[in-house]
Amino acid sequence: MKMPPIELVRFAAGAIVAHPMRSALTSLGVVIGVAAVVMMTSIGLGAQQRVTSSIAGLGSNLIIISPGASRGAGGGFVRGAAGSGESLTEQDGEAIASRVEGVAAVAPIVRGGAQLAADGANWNTRVEGVTPDYLVARDLSIAQGRKVIVIGPTIARELWGDDDPIGKRVRVGRTPFEVIGVLESKGQSGFGQDQDDIVLGPLQAIRSRVVGRRVRGTAVQQIFVKAESEDQLDRVQEDATNVIREQHRIRPGDEDDFSVQNMASILEASQAAVATFTILLAAVAAVSLVVGGVGIMNIMLVAVTERTREIGLRMAVGAKRSDVLIQFALEAVTLSLAGGLIGLTIGAGGAFALAKLGDWPVAIPAWAGPLSLGFSMLVGLVFGAYPSWRAAQLDPIEALRRE
Amino acid sequence: MIEVSDLTKIYVMGEERVAALAGVSLRIERGEHVAVIGPSGSGKSSLMNILGGLDRPTGGSYRFEGEEVGEMGDDALAEFRRRRIGFVFQSFQLLPRLTALQNVELPMIYAGFPPAERRERAAQLLERVGLGTRTGHKPTQLSGGQQQRVAIARSLANQPDLLLADEPTGALDTHTGEEVLELFKQLNAEGLTLAIVTHDLEVAAEARRRISFRDGHIVEDDGAAP
Repeated sequence: MKMPPIELVRFAAGAIVAHPMRSALTSLGVVIGVAAVVMMTSIGLGAQQRVTSSIAGLGSNLIIISPGASRGAGGGFVRGAAGSGESLTEQDGEAIASRVEGVAAVAPIVRGGAQLAADGANWNTRVEGVTPDYLVARDLSIAQGRKVIVIGPTIARELWGDDDPIGKRVRVGRTPFEVIGVLESKGQSGFGQDQDDIVLGPLQAIRSRVVGRRVRGTAVQQIFVKAESEDQLDRVQEDATNVIREQHRIRPGDEDDFSVQNMASILEASQAAVATFTILLAAVAAVSLVVGGVGIMNIMLVAVTERTREIGLRMAVGAKRSDVLIQFALEAVTLSLAGGLIGLTIGAGGAFALAKLGDWPVAIPAWAGPLSLGFSMLVGLVFGAYPSWRAAQLDPIEALRRE
Repeated sequence: MIEVSDLTKIYVMGEERVAALAGVSLRIERGEHVAVIGPSGSGKSSLMNILGGLDRPTGGSYRFEGEEVGEMGDDALAEFRRRRIGFVFQSFQLLPRLTALQNVELPMIYAGFPPAERRERAAQLLERVGLGTRTGHKPTQLSGGQQQRVAIARSLANQPDLLLADEPTGALDTHTGEEVLELFKQLNAEGLTLAIVTHDLEVAAEARRRISFRDGHIVEDDGAAP
C-alpha cells in the first residue's frame, strides 16, 4: 500500500490549525503584499483606461503639427521650449489641404488667454482662434463669422448665470465680440482640465485682436489635420511632413523645425507612461510580498526546530525524507496561498471601495487573481524550500534525542 | 530472523575515531525476548539503532530475514522501519497535538491504510493495551504509564516483526513499569519478537535472554541460539 498524497496535506493543515494565531500572523505579510499588488495594479489600469478614453475624446484620426523650438537671435544657438517657435503658418495648412491626399480637414489654430467682461461680470479663460475646419477635426460644432465667438458652458454660467448667452456682447481682452453659440458640455478631461472653460473664435480675428501681440503675421500655434480614415493616418502624416518641409525649404538631412504627432502615438506614449507607473507601483508592492515570504521562512525554520522530535518520530515510524520535505513545503505553501487569497479579497474589496467612495478610476485586471495566487504560491515554495529541506535532512536518532 | 556478523560502527569525533561497535556478531530468532544490557557508551544503543534501521553500520553485515539491511538507501530503510520494526522509546515520543487514537494511527497513515480501517485498528490496539476508554485523550491528559501504553499500541500498528524498546520503563515508577513489562511479556507470549535495551537489571531479569555489552563488544550472552 502507498500513502495517498492527501495525507500530507492533512498533516500540513493540522499543523497550521494547531497554531491559529501564529499561522495568521505568518500569512499577514503575504496578505499585505498581495492586497497591495492588487490595489496598485487596479489603480494603474483605471488610470490607463481614463487616459485612453480622454485621448480618444479629443477626436480620432487626428494629426497634430506643432512648431519646433524657437531659436534665439545670433545664430539661433539658444533654444526655447518645444512648440514655442513661430515656424508654422496658415499657408502651411493650406499647402497640406491642397497637396495631401486623404485629408478630411485642416485646422490651424492660435491660442491665448484673455479676460472676458460682460454685463458687469468678468472671467479669465483660454481663447482659441480657429477655422470652420477645426470643428470638423475636433468633432465639435459651431457657426462661423466675424468678431463672433462660441463659448463653453462654464463661461456662460460664470458670466450670465442661467440667462441665454446667445446674442450677448462680451469683451475679450479689449475687443467686443458677439456670442453666437455655446459648446456642448464635454466635462473634465482625463488630466483634470475643464474642457468647457474655453472661447473659440475666428482665427484671424482672435490672432489680431486677442493674442496679436505675441503672434506675428500668419503664424499659427498648431495645425490639426484630420485624415479621412484611420488606415490613411500614417501616410497622411508622412505626406504632411514632406509638404511642410518643402514649405519651409528644409534641405534633406536637416532637422524639422516643427513636430508631427498623431493621436495613436500620443495614446501609445501616454499609455506607456501609465503602464510604467503601474509596474513601478506593483514592483514596490511586490517587495512587501517578498518580505512576507521571508516571514514565512522565519516561522518555518522555528517550526522545524520546535518539531525536531516530531520529525524524528515520523521517520522512525516509516516516513521517507521526501514525505517530511513535502509535508513542510505544503505547510509553507498553504500559509502563503491562504495569505494570497485573503490579500486578493482585501485588495479587490479595497479597489472597489476606492472606486465607489473616492470616485477614483479603478479597474481590477482580470489577471490579478490568477497572478497574485500563483505568485503567493511561488513565494511559499521558494521560502519554504530551505526549512523543508532542513527538516528532511535531520538524522532521526539525533532528532529523537532533541529536547 | 536477525543475523548480525562482525558489525562495526565507528564515529569520527574530530581527530578521534570511536568504535561504538567493534565487531559484533549475533543471531536473534523469531519469538525471542532479548534484553540488551550494559553501561552507557557500551554500544547497546548503537546496536539498537542499526537493528531498527535508524542508522547504518560502518562495516559488517546485518541481515533481516535474509535481506541485507546495512546497505539499504534512505527510502528503503524508511520502508523497512515501517513494515518490520516497532519502536518504543523511554520518553514515549507521542505527538502532543494528536489524541491517543491519532498517535496510534500515524504509522498506518504512512503505510497507506484507508482512514476508516486504520481508525478501527487503532481503537482495537488501544483496547488491547487497556486504554479503550481513553482514545480521545491528548498525551498531556494521560499518566506516564498510559502514555507508554499508547506508544506500545502505536509500535504494534503495522504488525512489526521486531519490537525494539529503548529503556521503556526508564521514565516510569516501579509499579507502572512492572505493568508495562507485563504487557511486553504478554505480547511476547503471543509470538512477538522483543528486544529491550536497558541498564535496569530487574527489567533484564524478565527477559529470556540477556546480551551484555561493554566497550563495543558482547561480553556475555546467556541464551544464544545454538
